[in-house]
Amino acid sequence: MSSGLPPRIDMVGNSERALADDTLQAQLRVAMPGSRASRSAAATEVPEWEELRSAAARIKDRALAHLDDYLVQLESRFTAAGGVVHWAQDASEARSIVAAIAREQGARLAVKGKSMTTEEIDLNPALEAAGIRVVETDLGEYVAQLAGERPSHLIAPIVHKPASAVADLFTEKLGVPRYERPEDLARAARTVLRSEFLSADIGITGANFAIAETGTLVIVENEGNIRLATSIPRTHVAVMGIEKVIPTLADASVFLRLLARSGTGQRASVYVSMITGPRRGDEHDGPRELHLVVVDNGRTRLLADPALREALRCIRCGACQNACPVYGLSGGHAYDAVYAGPIGSVLTPAMEGLPRAAELPFASTLCGACADACPVKIDLPGMLLELRAGAAREGLTKPLDRLFARAWAAVMGSPARLTAAGRVGRLLQRLVVRQGRIERLPYPASGWTAHRSAPPLAPVSFREWWQRRVRAGSDRSAGGVR
Amino acid sequence: MSEVDLFVTCLADQLYPGIGAATARVLEGAGCAVAFPAGQTCCGQVAFNGGYRDEARAMARRFLDAFEGNSPVVAPSGSCAEMVRRWYPVLFRDDPLLLARARSLAARTFELSEFLVRVLRKTDLGAVFDCTATYHSSCRGLRGLGLLEEPLELLRSVRGLRLVELRGYDECCGFGGLFSVKFSALSGAMLASKLDAIESSGAEIVVGTDASCLMHIAGGLARRGSKVRTMHLAEVLSRE
Repeated sequence: MSSGLPPRIDMVGNSERALADDTLQAQLRVAMPGSRASRSAAATEVPEWEELRSAAARIKDRALAHLDDYLVQLESRFTAAGGVVHWAQDASEARSIVAAIAREQGARLAVKGKSMTTEEIDLNPALEAAGIRVVETDLGEYVAQLAGERPSHLIAPIVHKPASAVADLFTEKLGVPRYERPEDLARAARTVLRSEFLSADIGITGANFAIAETGTLVIVENEGNIRLATSIPRTHVAVMGIEKVIPTLADASVFLRLLARSGTGQRASVYVSMITGPRRGDEHDGPRELHLVVVDNGRTRLLADPALREALRCIRCGACQNACPVYGLSGGHAYDAVYAGPIGSVLTPAMEGLPRAAELPFASTLCGACADACPVKIDLPGMLLELRAGAAREGLTKPLDRLFARAWAAVMGSPARLTAAGRVGRLLQRLVVRQGRIERLPYPASGWTAHRSAPPLAPVSFREWWQRRVRAGSDRSAGGVR
Repeated sequence: MSEVDLFVTCLADQLYPGIGAATARVLEGAGCAVAFPAGQTCCGQVAFNGGYRDEARAMARRFLDAFEGNSPVVAPSGSCAEMVRRWYPVLFRDDPLLLARARSLAARTFELSEFLVRVLRKTDLGAVFDCTATYHSSCRGLRGLGLLEEPLELLRSVRGLRLVELRGYDECCGFGGLFSVKFSALSGAMLASKLDAIESSGAEIVVGTDASCLMHIAGGLARRGSKVRTMHLAEVLSRE
């Protein structure tokens, strides 16, 4: 690592490897259409779906426009309720803050609820280095942790993994018989996790929303593990990005409906925890201490950019990943970043820098399925186009691409040039046209002919034909066109 | 008789002039006087999608000049029409004078089926075509311009044409411009599932509104040795 720069994400190579992985392809072919269909059914059920999406977008835009005020209000209400707020500029600061809280508590064991923000700041290795054992308690995250893998999806962390692989993993790591049925696997995990909950010193979670007017954290889940992680251990630490703040409790009702339906196709999540302050004197449960770590880590860069700001509306539901045909074929790991899929291709450049992530915005046909599925109406194709422009401006695109764009613009610079180029092309194509088709072209056009034939240029262009037609005064005497 | 400027698109101009000719005939059949502004070349979408905004702006400026009049501009392509309507204002957002021109052009630029159904309010153009056909809705037309019922209504009015459903009709064919070359394997895999759906639909013809997606699908069908053929909507509507 002499250059000091992390290597560039190789989305082309990663996606090719993913396509060659039969197990992954079989898994994605089963999982992705199902999640698309359930989101679509859940959305169709709500007559006012479009109004909800617009309302959510408006609320988020208002929150983002006055983010400084809402964050200060959140801090004051959260503190008034007995919690402590910490501010982290980047991932390393956030890790140090959580590690320091854990050390002060003399914590030995931390149980975690599913949290992409803690994945983003790479928290687990930092805690382990501080001598704290960390156990993921969301079933999918637990499997990923046992396997030493990163979650590949925002809400379905092991969507890439077939149940048979989980069965093998549990036999190897937990010493249990090889269970085939998912419910038996879940039971095996529950047995292990139950005792971890009971002996944990600290519970670490994310937060889906933080309500400024009340200082309340809203956390959504299906398994009940977050309920346990936030009520049994002595200390609860929640980690969230600055964009998670929403103004009012009433606003939360809009997002809860959108989040469950967009993410899992559920009408409501199984558990919604609303946490305002730690345990009070006369209460029987809940943590004695409540901490909130608010992380920037590149988000103010997005906030400062009018063309990309909208990305901060994201509520991490995963609907864009489910809708995306590229994600559906390459899987989340191909993106080689914490956030995969369309929203990941916008967030990763902000968090890890465009030089590392320059290929991601190009990994899209701009088909727009993501934007249609997004519950907060983020214009994802528009942002990918902005980032492509950024990559071109910063010289991060391939010289050959640049040359192509310049040559194209030059040829299209006048009708005369286009006509001349067409004539040259018709001469040259004699070398490659066979039976009216082109089956092989040299690099880089070989990328096209690898999977499809190419059409030759027409013998007569439309503009030439039109001139003849105008002169002749009729179609017939102008001759036919292909 | 209403006057219309034909925006033929560079792809149809050089590769598929028959689509341009059919578009002109369909518009004339619908009572329009069609002009072909000779200054047009390419709308600039290729460069724009690649991130090369200076190059795209140069092409877009030429386009603004070429279509300076007040006539509606009609293209046999949802994606090129969407480029003008949706993205020209983005390209010129820092230049108030050009932005105003871009906005006015955007407001009078249409995709063919959109223009026929929404503007002229015509769905039956008297076409006759005995075949079983399915319809591939290109993404930019479908999601960018909100077009689905318009082309389907036009197809339903064609005498003799039996329209069959295409499984996954709203899924991308994998073209995506240079995506098909850069991410060749991904694009090829997306194309393969589109071709599977087309072949299992029972259609002899797959109809589309974008020459680019049709070029992609036709190339895949040809490589497979499939009997299914592609046709542009304009070519179907100009059958008598």
